[in-house]
Amino acid sequence: MSNKITPEVVRHIGKLARIELDDQQVEMLGRQLGDILRYVDKLQALNTDGVAPMAHAVEIHNVLADDAPGQSLTADEALANAPARDNDFFMVPKVLGDS
Amino acid sequence: MSEQATEVLAIVGLEIHVELATETKMFCRCRNRFGDPPNTNVCPVCIGMPGVLPVMNSKAVEYSLKVGQALNCELPSYSKWDRKSYYYPDLPKNYQISQYDLPLCKDGYLDVPLPDGSSKRIRVLRAHLEEDAGKNIHDNPAHTGVDLNRAGVPLLEIVSQPDMNTPQEALSFAREMQRLVRWLGVSEANMQMGHMRFEPNINLHITRGGTVYKTPIVEVKNLNSFKALEGAVTHELKRQYAQWLEDPEGFSLDRKGKQNRGWDDQRNITVFQREKEEAHDYRYFPEPDLPAVVVDDAWRESIRASIGELPLARRERFIKQHQLGSKEAEAMIQDADTGNLLDDATAMGAPPRRVVNLMLGRMSAAANEKGCALGQLGVSAAQLSQLAIMLEEGKLNATAGDKIIDHMIANGGSPLEIAGKLNLLAESNTAAVEQWVDQAIAANPDPAQQVRSGDKKAKQAFGFLVGQVMRISGGKAPPSAVKELLESKLSAK
Ligand SMILES: [Zn+2]
Repeated sequence: MSNKITPEVVRHIGKLARIELDDQQVEMLGRQLGDILRYVDKLQALNTDGVAPMAHAVEIHNVLADDAPGQSLTADEALANAPARDNDFFMVPKVLGDS
Repeated sequence: MSEQATEVLAIVGLEIHVELATETKMFCRCRNRFGDPPNTNVCPVCIGMPGVLPVMNSKAVEYSLKVGQALNCELPSYSKWDRKSYYYPDLPKNYQISQYDLPLCKDGYLDVPLPDGSSKRIRVLRAHLEEDAGKNIHDNPAHTGVDLNRAGVPLLEIVSQPDMNTPQEALSFAREMQRLVRWLGVSEANMQMGHMRFEPNINLHITRGGTVYKTPIVEVKNLNSFKALEGAVTHELKRQYAQWLEDPEGFSLDRKGKQNRGWDDQRNITVFQREKEEAHDYRYFPEPDLPAVVVDDAWRESIRASIGELPLARRERFIKQHQLGSKEAEAMIQDADTGNLLDDATAMGAPPRRVVNLMLGRMSAAANEKGCALGQLGVSAAQLSQLAIMLEEGKLNATAGDKIIDHMIANGGSPLEIAGKLNLLAESNTAAVEQWVDQAIAANPDPAQQVRSGDKKAKQAFGFLVGQVMRISGGKAPPSAVKELLESKLSAK
């Protein structure tokens, strides 16, 4: 269990999260992630026979809103924090075309 | 190439994304509206600001359950939301709220009519609700622009089992799904506006010499027209077979797994999409900000009650109840409004045959000219039923009926008023009709003589004379009276 978090796993997760990691960070994060997993693993010691699995941590359900329009932002407000804009569009580096 | 007999079976499954026609988005109250100026239907929730709280749109949940019910799905008591993580500029949170293991609807089917008159049952694996992404705009060669108006629009993803075996079956399934969601009023399903998108999964099972070869499954991404769907499946089947022939052992599902391809609608071929490394590592986990959806029996029952009669059931009923031909019945279920018009008009006492003839005759032609559905011509059931009754009672002839339809579509008004205004009412005064008949006989002695003699041309001549009486009367002579009079005047001599 403890050595599940290999350096390859950390690099893979970093790549998925678009985070660049140096070797030192890979080592540190691997250790920390392993610690977290070991900590959570302690829960496995509990006997959960006959206990239905829970999909959500809170008991409430069906919190629904009416389908009635509310206030939206203006384009200027929406774009206020954007690093770059092109007219009223968010501007991002060129994406290879689809959709 | 081998001499052995080769059997090729195409295996096609379909994912269909349907944008729901709610007023607002899935998890915020920004408008769900196509064509607005960029980034004006946006708020902190749908542009992914930190610290916001999404809240489910009740209408979107209800619409999804309706589709599930209409697809004969189980509507589980408990369904939940999950985060599907990936990075793309049109996805501002870097995750999409979707449903992973507990969808709103599962295990159903749709009976799909095929062009040859048969139908095929296509199983539905699941239908789950999620949020749409924004739109990337590629107008600028140096950058990509992002419009987030569409981000967060409710999107229902319907996943079929791989039960289709031809491009036609995939096309028919997609078209039936379009009709169904329109019928239920849950989506406009307008292809031009991107309300429906298709992703077929395609491979071949090839049997040769007792061995079954399976080609790698190809998923063609993001098809937004029926033509593209049919074209992509057709091309993929050809391409996979050709590639398998070159390397029957190597070109296999086991060795190559799944592959994504795109559709090039200029060249009508599918094209390889660079495998996005780790693209499928979505790291789904339960969405902590959204509580679950619990559907109890009462809710399920109200959904069931709200569905009403579905297209194929209605078609069967029309055939039985009104003795419609199968083509006529099919035309009557092109959308819900059309059949409703027939039902409502007959409920008002109109003879079904007359109503059907009016609808599939002049009204259908007018709808074609206008490029709309029969139900959208603006002819009401009350107008239609009055007109059908007047025709049945001989107060109008068919030509006058058509004129009245044109007039109703253009200007509204009741058939009786219009008939009066346009002077179309059939002449009920027998003396007047008799005068027209005598006039026609006098003006056409040769045809009259042919009818009297009963020779080979008698029938044709009789028809000609009926037409002449109608012309002289300006269309006001009741055809049945004209025929009777002509017969009595031209037979005895
Ligand atoms: Zn919003």
